[in-house]
Amino acid sequence: MEEREEVKLLGVWYSPYAIRPKIALHLKSVEYDYVEEDLFGSKSELLLKSNPVHKKVPVLIHNSKPVCESLNIVEYIDETWNSSGQSILPSHPHDRALARFWSAFVDNKWFPALKLATITKSEDAKAKSMEEVEEGLLQLEDAFVSISKGKSFFGGEAIGFMDICLGSFLVLLKAMEELKGEKLLDESKTPSLCQWGGEFLSDETVKNVVPEIKKVAEFLRELEVRAQSAASRS
Amino acid sequence: MSSGEVKLIGAWASPFVMRPRVALNLKSVPYEFLQETFGSKSELLLKSNPVHKKIPVLLHADKPVCESNIIVEYIDETWSSSGPSILPSHPYDRAMARFWAAYIDEKWFVALRNFLKAEGEEDKKAVIAQMEEGNALLEKAFIDCSKGKPFFNGDNIGYLDISLGSFLAWLRVTELAASHKLLDEAKTPSLCKWAELFCNDPAVKPVMPETAKLAEFAKKIFAKPQA
Repeated sequence: MEEREEVKLLGVWYSPYAIRPKIALHLKSVEYDYVEEDLFGSKSELLLKSNPVHKKVPVLIHNSKPVCESLNIVEYIDETWNSSGQSILPSHPHDRALARFWSAFVDNKWFPALKLATITKSEDAKAKSMEEVEEGLLQLEDAFVSISKGKSFFGGEAIGFMDICLGSFLVLLKAMEELKGEKLLDESKTPSLCQWGGEFLSDETVKNVVPEIKKVAEFLRELEVRAQSAASRS
Repeated sequence: MSSGEVKLIGAWASPFVMRPRVALNLKSVPYEFLQETFGSKSELLLKSNPVHKKIPVLLHADKPVCESNIIVEYIDETWSSSGPSILPSHPYDRAMARFWAAYIDEKWFVALRNFLKAEGEEDKKAVIAQMEEGNALLEKAFIDCSKGKPFFNGDNIGYLDISLGSFLAWLRVTELAASHKLLDEAKTPSLCKWAELFCNDPAVKPVMPETAKLAEFAKKIFAKPQA
């Protein structure tokens, strides 16, 4: 079927969620048009039309059909361009279940705790959330050791689904570390994850897709300033 | 690959537990059902799902698989040559099924659960409005996904049917408590028809909790403590 594929990705440059399909598309050598949504402005017509339920990025539009939710999009890319590049999901059903389990953990438990710790004004809530974040990292460390079986990535020799899922947060984590002057990924507590993080960010494909840590740190600083000035006005 | 003993740790009232049970039935896979006691968690559960300590957990040749929708996909992939396909075959349809299943768990079910916990008429009204908005979305999703066939998945029950259908008994309990129809033939005619077909399916009937029994159980777990 040699019809011209039309692939568009709607995203926001610093969003970890938008980074995920980008990595997947690059791993599969799929050409696509990238459309940057205005973070502080209003949402585009195309976004509202393509994701009317959640009105969020990323959205992949393939031959005019939209696919929403970052991990969903990654699976879709893996299944659609399955003869191209490496397999993103593992091949054995049990390994696939594990990859899905841990990515759900990252999205539904770990990252929400980190987000809460960052935005809450309550010292108590912050401490509690950070405890959850640290516990989560320890759990992810164990998961990595058990799943990678001595290889560089969760996916083994090459980057896979779980690498993309957690790895998409690495630049944000490092930017936060720079901003706060505190280590979130600590070599003494999670040595394997630290090593994995280094390998992930130096991967040929990932390197050209993720934003610069410095730029993200600047952006986080800007967000904080905006939040503070909004608070002082109220 | 599909050999090995199958056990499912769960509880009769849980909609999440119902999902893998329907999937196992669709694939004609025999399994041992290990019923958890309400209010306590067994050693086996804590050992098999140390991260969340929640049911359902599937144990296949002693290897645990957790999270209901993940277990359903696992069952579909492991016993792929048995029974109908649970996930649709086309990547786009699969993406749609996963999208709506996530919506059901993250938005729709949260509204349903909030209703059972809601106090006061204002609260209840607000939740009912939320639910009706969600149902309207799902009615449209059904029409788009089913393409004129009886189920979200087409001719046979599939992933999205299981995902939403597992909540039907709880939905009925909520309708009784609210004295208000949430799945309304006038507003969501396709969903109503689908619900009946789903409940009568031979893979579903044996594991769908009885409304009366579930209503009693709901009263018990949502009972306000005595002052």
